[in-house]
Amino acid sequence: MADQGKVDPMHQFEVQKMFDMFHVGNHEVAFTTSAMWMVIAGLLLWVFMIGGMKRQLVPGRWQVAVEGFTGFISGMMNANIGPEGRKYTPYVFSLFMFILMLNVLGLMPIGLFGAHPFTVTSHFTITGVLAILSFAIVLIVGFWRHGLHFFSLFVPHGTPIWLMWLIPVIELVSFLVRPFSLALRLFVAMTAGHVLMKVFASFIIDGLAASPAIGIGVGIPAMALMVGISGLELLVAGIQAYVFALLTSLYLNDAINLH
Amino acid sequence: MPQISQFAESWYAASQIFWVLLTFGFVFFVIGRGMLPKIEATVDARDRKVADDLAAAKAAHAAADALEESYRQQSEASRAAAQQAVTDAKDKAAKDAEKRLAKVDAELADKLAAAEAEVSAARTSAMAEIESVAADAAGDLVARLSGVKIAAADAKAAVKAVIHG
Repeated sequence: MADQGKVDPMHQFEVQKMFDMFHVGNHEVAFTTSAMWMVIAGLLLWVFMIGGMKRQLVPGRWQVAVEGFTGFISGMMNANIGPEGRKYTPYVFSLFMFILMLNVLGLMPIGLFGAHPFTVTSHFTITGVLAILSFAIVLIVGFWRHGLHFFSLFVPHGTPIWLMWLIPVIELVSFLVRPFSLALRLFVAMTAGHVLMKVFASFIIDGLAASPAIGIGVGIPAMALMVGISGLELLVAGIQAYVFALLTSLYLNDAINLH
Repeated sequence: MPQISQFAESWYAASQIFWVLLTFGFVFFVIGRGMLPKIEATVDARDRKVADDLAAAKAAHAAADALEESYRQQSEASRAAAQQAVTDAKDKAAKDAEKRLAKVDAELADKLAAAEAEVSAARTSAMAEIESVAADAAGDLVARLSGVKIAAADAKAAVKAVIHG
């Protein structure tokens, strides 16, 4: 909060340095709130997955939950890529679970207990690294499997000869835009949702600060909207993780099967 | 927007990139590469087991059907055999009865024929006796009425002519 009584909807996105670690060149690598949330997400994911490692023939509830997630991703890989997609399931699964966990953790109402929630995926440095990773894997797999033939990706089937000067350029641009769209989509969706919630929350606080009548008149509808938007944000958290994983699998399909 | 303004701070990007690579690396290698294949293997094993069990159940069902069919055929065959045996027995009994009846008939016919022969023999002898008696009587009658003695042979011939017409 920048000033007394004012809510700064952007403040929640600030990364706080917790302690210094080491230097890389003149860049300092520190343990930050963002790093802490990523570590928590990784550990929670690990604990969640341990529950699915009982490997019983007749699974318990926890194992069913874990197998539901793994089955969801391996089914998606199977549908989009085919049997060859199995090899890349670990990567897409890790991506999906990591992003989902970070998205959901950012929505947890731990502010009620005095802690500061923070959504790691609202930073394009994070989503950018994941997007570049996906894009790099697509490039490596594509050139590894098809060599220079991978460039035929830019010439879709049935392209007329007289459009040869245009279509590959458009395809190339849309291909090169992929990592940016992948990174920005997640970052924007998370940022926008959290700003929206903060703005509605500030309506209640500012209204109450003005007068009790305005506070109740504005606060109750704002609160009702907040409840709805919180549910929507949970949906968005899942959908954005799914979209990231789905697009990665589709791009991988391009690299493996060349359209 | 802190996401952009914090780029000015020298630690921001380096820390973000370092930590996301480290934590995502952990997630990928430990969870994605380490745990996921085992869970998938469990699911695959279960799917296979379910498929196998279903196939076994289907096979058992088919076997039961075949068994029931063969049982049905067997019982049908034995029923037919029983029916055949009953018919045979009936036929045999009927034939036996017929044979016995025929034998009895033949015996009776024999007896009848013997009796008839006896009767006709008796009649013949009786007739012969009557002839001689009648001849004697005729001889006597003639002798008494006219006092003429006629030869026995003549009387016999005359009686014979009267009796036989």
